[in-house]
Amino acid sequence: MAAPLTVAVVDYGLGNLFSVQRACEYVGMQASITASHQVIQAADAVILPGVGAFGDAVTALHRLGLVTLLREIAASDQILIGVCLGLQLLMSESYEFGHHQGLGIFAGSVVRFAQPHDPSGVLKVPQVGWNRIFKPNQAGGTQEPLRDPWVGSPLAGLPDGSFMYFVHSFYAKPDDATVVLATSRYGDVEFCSALRRGNIFAFQFHPERSGERGIQIYRTLAGIISERKR
Amino acid sequence: MRIIPRLDIKGPNLVKGIHFEGLRVLGKPEQFARYYYEQGADELMYMDVVASLYGRNSLLDIVERTSREIFIPLTVGGGLRSVDDIRAVLRAGADKVSINTAAIQRPQLIREASQCFGSSTIVVSIEAIRKPDGSYEAYVDYGRQRTGIDAVSWALQAVELGAGELIVTSINREGTGRGFDLELTRMIATAVPVPVIAAGGAGQLDHIQAVITEGKADAVAIASLLHYSAVRTGAGAGGEFHQEGNTEFLRNGQNSSMLQDVRLPEIKAFLQRHSIACRTE
Repeated sequence: MAAPLTVAVVDYGLGNLFSVQRACEYVGMQASITASHQVIQAADAVILPGVGAFGDAVTALHRLGLVTLLREIAASDQILIGVCLGLQLLMSESYEFGHHQGLGIFAGSVVRFAQPHDPSGVLKVPQVGWNRIFKPNQAGGTQEPLRDPWVGSPLAGLPDGSFMYFVHSFYAKPDDATVVLATSRYGDVEFCSALRRGNIFAFQFHPERSGERGIQIYRTLAGIISERKR
Repeated sequence: MRIIPRLDIKGPNLVKGIHFEGLRVLGKPEQFARYYYEQGADELMYMDVVASLYGRNSLLDIVERTSREIFIPLTVGGGLRSVDDIRAVLRAGADKVSINTAAIQRPQLIREASQCFGSSTIVVSIEAIRKPDGSYEAYVDYGRQRTGIDAVSWALQAVELGAGELIVTSINREGTGRGFDLELTRMIATAVPVPVIAAGGAGQLDHIQAVITEGKADAVAIASLLHYSAVRTGAGAGGEFHQEGNTEFLRNGQNSSMLQDVRLPEIKAFLQRHSIACRTE
């Protein structure tokens, strides 16, 4: 029997990590909720989840010695996944309640939705609910067919425009447009809803709360991990 | 637009009443939850209507079983009195909690809970009755106990303390199928910056459209309309919904004449036709 695929769900005291764990288990991975450096280093993939405030999260990560560890993981070939606040924490800085330094794994900042609106008026912030994710640069008018940007990522195989579940007031603005894995629109604001660079993937939405399509993301992730283990 | 089936739970059973009273057993909540998930529900909401210590273990079991196979947001409420109660429900697999009675008795609970688990995890439930002067009074204990507190000022305070969403139920309309209280919903939805889930009164497709366009609701919770349709249209293939529930009254057509037979895909298709965007796949 093949060795189980292991996932460390990083527990830094913020947010509810159980739905991430359950989604991993549902697709056959072994997920532990942990702050142990040993367990995190030994896992096939590391998921950094989180809801709550950016500043509190960074403080907690520092206190647990996880900032350096997560940067090392990002620089290695271990798979690192950020979800929701976990995506935002990978950025270099955030303007949520002041100014905070993030992990700096992606260059760029985290900013608040500024008065997004649609024809019916100003939209509420936070955005809470389902929204579509799109492949980036598909409307760029390029003549040659583009390589599918989702191939090799956990989004591989999903229809362009799939619905995912979002809860957030802030979004990431990466400096380097090539790391954008997916975009979404909230009213008139287009924002980056997923990031990718090498072994690092991050989602502003919650795949673990996004129904069968979200579960497909975890299933594809399991496939990527098991492919790399062979 | 989110459409959220709301499942009221008593012990191991899904129940439904009118004005929160005269509860009837309809079946097992997990079965209905699974069915709504497959039908495209955007979230689910479990409300423990007994909220006694005796009922709690059974609620946690139901939440645990649900969260292992249903991957949309699950909000759980009813009788949560402390940060520890909230933690227990989240550990069982809820994504959000809703609080009412305990928050009115001790508003700081909202602040403690939102600091501990994040605002987006904390839904404050406001159950209100219209007063003769047109204002609304907040009630607690599943619509049984008045508070003397104005529902709109309480909504503002709850958000100030850290509530990430509000669910606003009209007790007058609850379970009647006569339509939502549009004014209550609009007063609160336009006063607060966070999303407001309208609840209580859905009986026809038009009611749902009205509470969105006129009531300015950001999401809609639906109970009787969906449950009764599920039972009557034989949604549980093989009739398993019927076996344990007291659903004779539905099949006899009593008590539910105000309710259209509509299911989630029909609700969403109807809203889409009226230019209200929904998740439809």
